[in-house]
Amino acid sequence: MTAHYPVLQVAIPLLAAPVCLFLRIPRLVGLFAILVSGAAFFISCMLLQQVIATGPISYELGGWAAPWGIEYRIDTLNSYLLVLVSAMSTVVLVAAQTSIVRELREDRHTFFYTAYLLCLTGLLGILATADVFNVFVFLEISALSSYTLIAMGSDRRALTASYQYLIMGTIGATFIIIGVGLMYMMTGTLNMYDLAQRLPDVYHTKTVHCAFGFFIVGVCLKLALFPLHLWLPNAYAYAPSVATAFLAATSTKVAVYLLIRYIFSIFGITFVTTSLPLEEIFLILGLAGIFAASISAIYRLNIKRLFAYSSVAQIGYMILGLAIGTRLGLTATLLHLFNHALMKSAIFLAIGAVVYRIGSAQLNHFAGLGKKMPWTMAALVAGGLSLIGVPLTVGFVSKWYLVAALLDKGWWPVAVLVLISSLLAVIYVWRIIEWIYFTQPRIIIDNVKEAPLSQLIPIWLLVLANIYFGVDTRLTVGVSKLAAQSLFGANL
Amino acid sequence: MLMAPETMMLLTMLVPILAVPAIYATGGMPNVRETVTVTASIILIYLVSSLYSAVISSGAAVALRSPDLFPGLALTFEIEPLGMLFSLVASYLWLVTTIYAIGYMRGHHEKNQTRFYACFAIAISSVMGIAYADNLFTLFIFYEALTLSTYPLVTHAGTSSAKEGGRVYLGILLTTSILFLLLAIIGTWYTTGTTSFQAGGIFAPETPSVITGTLLVLFIFGIGKAAIMPFHRWLPAAMVAPTPVSALLHAVAVVKAGVFTVLKVCVYIFGLDLLNDLPTTQIMLYIAAASVLFASFVAMRQDNLKARLAYSTVSQLGYITVGALLATSAGVVGGAMHIAMHAFGKITLFFCAGAIMVAAHKTEISEMRGLGRRMPITMTAFFIGSLSIIGLPPTGGTWGKWFLMTGALDAGQWTIMGVLMLSSLLNIAYLLPIPLRGFFSQSGTTGEISIKEAPLPSLLALSFTALGCILLFFFTQPLYELASAIL
Repeated sequence: MTAHYPVLQVAIPLLAAPVCLFLRIPRLVGLFAILVSGAAFFISCMLLQQVIATGPISYELGGWAAPWGIEYRIDTLNSYLLVLVSAMSTVVLVAAQTSIVRELREDRHTFFYTAYLLCLTGLLGILATADVFNVFVFLEISALSSYTLIAMGSDRRALTASYQYLIMGTIGATFIIIGVGLMYMMTGTLNMYDLAQRLPDVYHTKTVHCAFGFFIVGVCLKLALFPLHLWLPNAYAYAPSVATAFLAATSTKVAVYLLIRYIFSIFGITFVTTSLPLEEIFLILGLAGIFAASISAIYRLNIKRLFAYSSVAQIGYMILGLAIGTRLGLTATLLHLFNHALMKSAIFLAIGAVVYRIGSAQLNHFAGLGKKMPWTMAALVAGGLSLIGVPLTVGFVSKWYLVAALLDKGWWPVAVLVLISSLLAVIYVWRIIEWIYFTQPRIIIDNVKEAPLSQLIPIWLLVLANIYFGVDTRLTVGVSKLAAQSLFGANL
Repeated sequence: MLMAPETMMLLTMLVPILAVPAIYATGGMPNVRETVTVTASIILIYLVSSLYSAVISSGAAVALRSPDLFPGLALTFEIEPLGMLFSLVASYLWLVTTIYAIGYMRGHHEKNQTRFYACFAIAISSVMGIAYADNLFTLFIFYEALTLSTYPLVTHAGTSSAKEGGRVYLGILLTTSILFLLLAIIGTWYTTGTTSFQAGGIFAPETPSVITGTLLVLFIFGIGKAAIMPFHRWLPAAMVAPTPVSALLHAVAVVKAGVFTVLKVCVYIFGLDLLNDLPTTQIMLYIAAASVLFASFVAMRQDNLKARLAYSTVSQLGYITVGALLATSAGVVGGAMHIAMHAFGKITLFFCAGAIMVAAHKTEISEMRGLGRRMPITMTAFFIGSLSIIGLPPTGGTWGKWFLMTGALDAGQWTIMGVLMLSSLLNIAYLLPIPLRGFFSQSGTTGEISIKEAPLPSLLALSFTALGCILLFFFTQPLYELASAIL
């Protein structure tokens, strides 16, 4: 049983998704989904423990040995992310039980959970597999199901948002598959570790350079790197709140993982930095993304859209960490990957609770909510403070490591820019705080009650995680360092 | 001794925090709620006082260390004389301010009083953390907590001008702390591998002076709470807050946290010897001196009493920063003593300003002619507070300025000496006319017969601090011993 964990992790949600359709009764389906996601979380924890104890696990799908069969390979990096994704998914699902009642028609609840589990399958699959074609398959599974999730949003603009994402996402996926095809042409293998061994012989060919170029652009579309982020704000703004929370916490993170995996495990850092001025590109785009998106966030009137732009900015920080190109920089990226998932899921779930109660995510409808929904609002503020990077929250840990990595590299001016950019976060978070606590309500909110416990508990679980991992950084920093070390240690 | 000193030190931070849920729980019953705050502040005074006697009698180090937050970085606390002095001042004045606030907040019919007392308690807890922090990292955490917990107090009224003030307040304090202070701290950590406060500083002698010099600039400007111009605008902006907030936080706790941090960084991070050699010390010294002078000039032109007091605070904070940057022992002693002296003086003045606002509904100085005859106790207290700020006997302020000037002489800084003297003259010009006109000039408007003294709790509080100003002149020995033990 334990030997099959790597594949069970992916197979359980995959098989469970159609089962949802048979269960039909929405409440039952919801509980079932929690159970499935919880099982994936349990397995991923076991895997992480095993990887830390004994090193990477290789699993041959169907018993077919590597170059022919599909290999699943779990190392520190992806087991860390498997835990993150499955944990986020489970927590969000708990909140989803009540949240979707308000946002979705009842006959759609079953479809929602089905699509959700498929999306989870796709994300976990991308993380677990060591086969580049298999990555593409899972990428499509997660993408198609997330288009569905987004299209379920109650606002009709959700449909155009989903369509926009579909177009952009498909272009990204196509680029990725072109890259895969070119690499297969040159090396005759799809296994990541075979690729890593065979690629050095053909490094000089234009085809490999081309493959890499397609690849980078494709993945950057998926992870919404500025200026390829255009699909993201609409998608996050109009999707059902819980879907936004789930996607914000996981899907871009997985794309960042893919980027790291390709750069470090397949092409190798030396090839990457010599073939393309990737350092400069990432540095400039990362910084541009941080500033452009943070500034746009300041002017948003819809709070979901506001935090969507903030997500684009946060991705900029992760890319900046990659641009540094040192072990410390990569550690900072991996840390922020984890930490940002915690912040954004807490924030979006809190917004979801507000939507559940007042049916709107417009900033001016938040006026005076501090008195009516004190716990939800406190959670929102805590998430916001974490986003700013106030000490004792995870955001501070991320920022500390990023700035330290920048100083280590000798990039003082960039460090200053990063700190300036967090002041932009102060502005957009404080606009919300002023509305919540220091503005008289414009609409009648007398009968608005605090969010139900089934939402408050997951929200506060995430808020406490924000604080806990801001204080006790042994797990996050330890694993990030370990992963960064192994990625730099051996160019597999 | 009931508890180990370490436990007591931890409790100084926990007691105000633990009061917060109790304050919220009793929010519906104002009398019980205020009893909670008063009880917490009395416990705090007891704790800090026993710590003081424990440290003085045994001289043993009282230190705490949490598990590492990041590899090599932990929350560490240790009591040293400067922190002891700061925590003593803050804890005593918390009780006084609470009593004053009961009179003021009720007399002024303020809303959201529960939030007010809760945030106040959090702020005090942060102050204790700052006072006892033993490394820059810990200090920074509590420094930011203090900024955030005082923000709701500044915007307390919820009006658009309050929100405006809150934005400036938060904007400047967070900008300086995130942009400069955090960078300086990470830079220090990166250069030296530690952020701990150590006697004589932590920089290796061979550290290039470009780095240390830059770090000094970052630190001095980064500690926005010390309000060195041009980063002083938050202080007048914070005057939209209720007067007890202006009194305790913006005359005592927050600004003193700033200059306290400046002193700590100068003494324990750079060390006076290194500070003397740095190329940027002189520049920063003159900037601080300019801040002293300009703020005094601006204060003279303010007609709003709280605004005038705010600029006066900016000026007086400059004195302490000057004291630290003089890099002489007398300068540091003077700076440390001025923390306490200015605290008592300025809190008295703010208490009086609030009392006048509650009792006579006046905020502008030009309207206060003849007020002394209606509010004699308040105006007398104001007179004593003014003397202490100016530095005239028989008030405590004399000693702080005495040592500061000695420090300037020791360093051979004649310009600084001149600035300090000129600024004292300006202090006289902008503070003394207020009580003098209050007593000796005819009231301009009619119908002032109805004006009475402020509510009793407020009156008690301001009399107490005014008396404190005088007592500090005669019984200054313990304070001096604490201050001189820093070096």
